[in-house]
Amino acid sequence: MTLLSTRAMTKNFAGLTAVNAVDFDLPKGEIRALIGPNGAGKTTFVSLLCGRIEPTSGTVEFDGADISHLPAHKRINLGMAYTFQITSVFARLSVFENVALAARKRVHGTAQVAQAVHAALDQVDLNDRAEQIAGDLSYGHQRLLEIAMGLVQRPRLLILDEPTQGLTDSEIDAFKALVRGLKDTTTILLIEHNMSVVMETADRITVLNFGEILAEGTPTEIHADARVQAAYLGTG
Amino acid sequence: MSDRQKTVLLHGGLLALLLGLQFVLPAYHHGNLARIMVLAVYAMGYNIMFGYTGLLSLGHALFFAAGMYGMGMSVQLLGATPAPAMIGGLIAGAVVAAALGALALRTADVAFMIVTLMFAQAGYLAVLYFGSVTRGDEGFVIQQAQRMMMGIDLSDATNRYFAAFILFALCLIAVLWLVQSPFGKVLVAIRENEERARMLGYDVFRHKLIAVILSGTMSAAAGAAYGLLFGYVGATFASVQYSIFPLLWVLLGGAGTALGPFIGTLFMFYLIDLSSNVTSAYMLIAGVALVVLTLFAPQGLIGEVRSRIWRWLP
Repeated sequence: MTLLSTRAMTKNFAGLTAVNAVDFDLPKGEIRALIGPNGAGKTTFVSLLCGRIEPTSGTVEFDGADISHLPAHKRINLGMAYTFQITSVFARLSVFENVALAARKRVHGTAQVAQAVHAALDQVDLNDRAEQIAGDLSYGHQRLLEIAMGLVQRPRLLILDEPTQGLTDSEIDAFKALVRGLKDTTTILLIEHNMSVVMETADRITVLNFGEILAEGTPTEIHADARVQAAYLGTG
Repeated sequence: MSDRQKTVLLHGGLLALLLGLQFVLPAYHHGNLARIMVLAVYAMGYNIMFGYTGLLSLGHALFFAAGMYGMGMSVQLLGATPAPAMIGGLIAGAVVAAALGALALRTADVAFMIVTLMFAQAGYLAVLYFGSVTRGDEGFVIQQAQRMMMGIDLSDATNRYFAAFILFALCLIAVLWLVQSPFGKVLVAIRENEERARMLGYDVFRHKLIAVILSGTMSAAAGAAYGLLFGYVGATFASVQYSIFPLLWVLLGGAGTALGPFIGTLFMFYLIDLSSNVTSAYMLIAGVALVVLTLFAPQGLIGEVRSRIWRWLP
């Protein structure tokens, strides 16, 4: 069953077509990676999905309903979560409060919120830093905090925009395990440059190039695709 | 001791102190403090928008005056007694705030400042324009007989102090409750990072609008009480300087702190009071003090206390 789909999704920025007539389908329960060269329109595309920016034309359906005209916060409340590419935590608030703000949409009551927050922080191994000010965390830890803020919402669709950027090798390994562990409950759309993360976690891969879908398939198929190699992966 | 207990102790302590001071202060300072408490309510209202939500309004005199005239007109035209007149002031403030919020919140940043400033000027000019009813610049006096509330004479110094204290205490408790509630925390989130708050699923416009209404209503409560307790309603209170005052008080005391507005109002009031005893150029002294504070305590007095000593201050 399809959780999310777009038809003829297009976005022009002052003459530049960042996303060009994209038809995209994401089945429920899948982990989908979105890859492509810098400037291929990946972040623009997911921003159109969650309503951060308005499309020039085209439609989005989520769980069978047309959400093209819903503002971002209503789409989020339908069960989408979005983690920002450039870390966008509440820098002057504590780590706990950052996650609590994300949690309070779903759970109510001080004790229940605290429990949900600590559970999410445990998943990214940040629990011992709960009382720190988020802006004082290292860049990598802020990335993990972003992910925790996504997880605590228990979204049906989790959109992760370059989540492993700035993480150490061991943190990346932990992230891969985390994503695989979410597979039963969450559909994941993952923008990622780190090919080991893509190859080891994704069920299928969509390759964007110049705002259009260049190829789509399993990791093995994509790895072998000559056009993808030419555009992005390289021949090495 | 938990942060919550400390908060209750500190703010409860301040209220107990203010209540106790009533019995020991000389008449002059006693009168001043009643005035300061009412003005601090105005500053606390301003702080809900500016300090906690990050909305810089340059037009709060509109709300202060809406409360004052809502109260004053109820007394003058309808012959209302103080309690219904106060409610008239609150309703006027809430309605004006809702209307202004719905329009001004379509803008942001500098445009928001200008739009609020312009609406407040329009309000000020409206007071002058309808001078036959409002008595314009000259204003009107609320007579002693009109200030009797259930047998209590609000023009009496002791009663006035108590009334100001009760209003101040209620608003301080309301602010403390608000900023520790989930709703108040979303306001802070919007102040810190509006886009992130939106992408967590919060309706930013709705939260801001409610903040404007709460802020405007509390400011109106101060305006209504000021007119009622000190017996005068006039267009000066709708002028631009009354929009700037709460901004100064909040900046001095500490934006986004519950105690900051009171401390800032107290400080500024006595700074001008004391310096005007010394020289006629008292605004110069006040100005220098403001510059020094801005340089060395950019977060305001309570803001500095919070960042240096008491991290838990709400």
